[in-house]
Amino acid sequence: MHGLKKVVAAAVAAALVPAFAAAQEAPPLKIGVVSFLSGAAAGPFGVPARNAAEIMVEMLNAAKVPAPYATKGFGGAALQMQLVDEAGPATTQVTEFRNLVQRDNVDVVIGYISSGNCLAIAPVAEELKKLTVFFDCGTPRIFEEKSYKYVFRTASTATMDSVGAALYVMDMKKGKINSIAGVNQNYAWGQDSWSDFEASMKKLAPGVKVGTSQMPKLFAGQYNAEISTILAAKADVVHSSFWDGDLEAFILQAGPRGLFKRSTVVLTTGETAMYKLAEHIPDGVVIGARGPYGPYAPDSELNRWFSKTFEDRYNVPPNYAAYQMAQAILGTKAAWEKAQAANGGKRPDTDQVIAAFERLTFDSPGGRIEMAIGAGHQAITETVYGVSKKVKGKMTVANVKRYPASAVNPPDGVKAADWIAGGFKK
Amino acid sequence: MSAGRAPFTLALILVVILAVGPFAPQWTLFLLTIALAKGLVVLGLMLLLRCGLVSFGQALYYCIGAYAAGMLGRYFGMSDLFTLMLAGMAASALAALVLGFLLARYRGIFFGLLSLALSMILYGLLVKTEALGSSDGFHVLPSTLFGVRPADAWVRYAVLAVAAVVAVIVALLVHRYLDTPLGKLAPAIKDNEIRVEYMGASARYAIHVKYVIAAALAGLGGALAATTVGHVDPEMAYWTTSGEFIFITILAGTGSVIAPFLGALIFGIIQTVAFGISPNTWQMVLGTSLLVVIVFLPHGLWSLFRRRKAA
Amino acid sequence: MSVEQLLAVLIDGIIYSAWLFVAAVGLTLIYGVMKIVNVTHGSFYALGAYAAASITGALLARGMPPSLSYAVLLGSALLVTLVVAPLIERGILRFMYAKDEVVILLITYALFLILEDAIKLIWGVSPYFIAQPYGLLGSFDVLDLTYPYYNLILVGVAILCGGGLAWMLNHTRTGKLLVAVIHDTEVSRAMGINVERMYLFTFTFGSMLAAVGGAFTAPTVSVVPGLGVEVIVLSFAVVVIGGLGSLPGAALGAVIVGLVRSATIHYLPQVELFVIYLVMAMVLAFRPRGLFSLAEARKI
Repeated sequence: MHGLKKVVAAAVAAALVPAFAAAQEAPPLKIGVVSFLSGAAAGPFGVPARNAAEIMVEMLNAAKVPAPYATKGFGGAALQMQLVDEAGPATTQVTEFRNLVQRDNVDVVIGYISSGNCLAIAPVAEELKKLTVFFDCGTPRIFEEKSYKYVFRTASTATMDSVGAALYVMDMKKGKINSIAGVNQNYAWGQDSWSDFEASMKKLAPGVKVGTSQMPKLFAGQYNAEISTILAAKADVVHSSFWDGDLEAFILQAGPRGLFKRSTVVLTTGETAMYKLAEHIPDGVVIGARGPYGPYAPDSELNRWFSKTFEDRYNVPPNYAAYQMAQAILGTKAAWEKAQAANGGKRPDTDQVIAAFERLTFDSPGGRIEMAIGAGHQAITETVYGVSKKVKGKMTVANVKRYPASAVNPPDGVKAADWIAGGFKK
Repeated sequence: MSAGRAPFTLALILVVILAVGPFAPQWTLFLLTIALAKGLVVLGLMLLLRCGLVSFGQALYYCIGAYAAGMLGRYFGMSDLFTLMLAGMAASALAALVLGFLLARYRGIFFGLLSLALSMILYGLLVKTEALGSSDGFHVLPSTLFGVRPADAWVRYAVLAVAAVVAVIVALLVHRYLDTPLGKLAPAIKDNEIRVEYMGASARYAIHVKYVIAAALAGLGGALAATTVGHVDPEMAYWTTSGEFIFITILAGTGSVIAPFLGALIFGIIQTVAFGISPNTWQMVLGTSLLVVIVFLPHGLWSLFRRRKAA
Repeated sequence: MSVEQLLAVLIDGIIYSAWLFVAAVGLTLIYGVMKIVNVTHGSFYALGAYAAASITGALLARGMPPSLSYAVLLGSALLVTLVVAPLIERGILRFMYAKDEVVILLITYALFLILEDAIKLIWGVSPYFIAQPYGLLGSFDVLDLTYPYYNLILVGVAILCGGGLAWMLNHTRTGKLLVAVIHDTEVSRAMGINVERMYLFTFTFGSMLAAVGGAFTAPTVSVVPGLGVEVIVLSFAVVVIGGLGSLPGAALGAVIVGLVRSATIHYLPQVELFVIYLVMAMVLAFRPRGLFSLAEARKI
């Protein structure tokens, strides 16, 4: 039994040690990176995002990133990354966030894919006064319900995806849409995505009928019954914000049943599956990437460098989660260095970085990002949609349409739902 | 440790927490408060386990308590820690009083699985309720004490201190309850229910009472967790949450009212260490440590302490 | 409520029931014989899916005729269970049988956590696809709706599993010994039945059924981490509704859940999320031990 007691003691000690170890290391900057490393969201989002973070940290430390990010690390200080799994309930995530900040003394936390986790973390970041950058989560509630000083989000909200999808199908069908149907996962992301899409369509095509709105349980995996109801609805457009395994299972099950032939299907996160399931996605499926990422990223030196570096290392092109992580790190770097310049070249404090971050405009592999709404804490970007098209057996996108940021995001201070209901006033 | 010493030990632990708290790093205060919240839930599970019942759905009451506390803040602006804890406790106890008429008839695996079904129904209902934030949940107001919000540097300590005082009082009450005739019925019910009935006692009544107490404790823990974490979401009712509580119950052992809190703390430490040292394979670390405890300490972590006393 | 829609409800329900039954039936067998609520059931489902997807995929890439893929799916599920299940039963579980039902449940939970990460370490987090077998057989039309024939294979697998299991229990020596163990372990031991061997056999066989379920689901889904988690609670629900340890119960449970879920999706999609648990709670409220429960002697 004494052996076990030692193990327990060692475990307690191990939990305490980083607190002391951290105090001795000063010069490098510590960034906490939180992303799904286990569970269903790990494959499509979590791990590509972690991979992007690893590349960015390594390349920034080696000062190998193209302009305007060629300086080493953040303002010359090397970066040290501490990785945390985003899995587990909010209690666990809040505990780990506090550990990152108060035990491991990280200088900034970048992370969070789940909207629920973002909502739970934001007030804690505020309480602990720690600069925290959300890189992926979609809910517009974060800056609509409260305002935060220490919290930033460098990706657009999910509203943009739904509004963009509605605009695109209207363009594609030249306004002739009589009925829509939806299949979305039964949790906040799916519910919000559908209600934004439905509301937008009702504004854009008054009198449009809703055939059916299916809300299967998250990770249900078996969709035969849902597909039957959607087939029976014979809607002009079918909207789905499915992601990951659910999206892939849906594509595999819906294809042989002829859904893609019967309706125009919009997959707002289709980009994460388009290469993997190239042979199962017919031409003409509307593919979204939650912004100008992946195949929709603009042609710039930064983008060419990023996708090449990523692909060379991991043998797959970076997906939108990887882009968003790179974007969050570069956005933080831009704010950090702007603050450092304003501080006479000395390391800025958190308040100075925040002042520089608010309303910042910066370049990322996904193009120009403006921290324009949420009182300067929430990014808006353009969004892009296209349809799948196989060229010589390779999956590509065609009929690509770009929608400027101001057309698909609400203005500062207006709630997303009100903005849609009010007819997208700028 | 003999059962009679528990009150002294509890008092000693309380004094140590109150005395050392101001000098401890902030993150340990949080870890400890969460451990107390979970410990309260586990204390209730221990009561049930003593009569052979395992609830795979205790998260139901944890979640009810948490949402009761959160909704008081969301709709009525209340943030007083004591009010919220009382409300969480009352809401859960009330729900358990009603559901207890059904559940007190069940034994063994069926008791567990019916509890599981009920908690999953609550989970489903909450996910469908967009007014309460659906699966994302909602923010819980920062706790205040008697209308005052403690200064940022002290708020963790204040909440921990309140939690520790409450937990110790509750643990003492449970400790006394175990000494009452109703409390002593538990092992008898576990061994042979029919003999209990021959004795003239009602096993169903005894189980109903314990069920309500366990739910009240879970509600209290849920409310405390909600104000400490600052957020509630439906995952608090999901079966994995119940699983974690059972995990801690078995880890701790049923030797003493102190064991649940110790178990919850050790669990918290194992989990955070696992997250820290192997972010990619922490589940493996967690699973292995559970196996090790079950194999080498069949009566839970608590037996470590008991054996030392015997030696 | 048109005829077409009712037909669709029926077909969708049967397909889902077949899937549920194959996924859950091993759980009821293991519970019946060993009185273990086996959480690793989900791990074996996932292992079966991963083994099937990776082995079949690799062979197809090396030019195997696609028609052979059904046999390979089955073969890989059997292979992976024959390696892992005896290892777990002999290596760990057999030392635990004296413990409480709950403690054993937790042991399987711990093993499930370990296997989750082990699967991740072996196969990584990227999804595996093996969709060829799904589309290979073509599809048939029912009125306005198209269904791939593969769904019929799934129904066939379910009938084979259920029928085969029933035949084995009633007509083979091993099966009859198992029935004896199900009814009373101690008496069986006294009668000279090698209960340990029965346990090893049951655990392997029950897990194999889970793996087969996973393997034949693999062509219709993307095989990703966390695949097994969802199956655990769903299988519990099915098996509990039917009565733990009862084979006809598991079949009936699967059919009830399958049809109720399908009807819900067609007529009342809002409640799909918890309808299974609602059914489970209602069944337990009126039949506290499930629909086909074995009578249990009261110990005095």
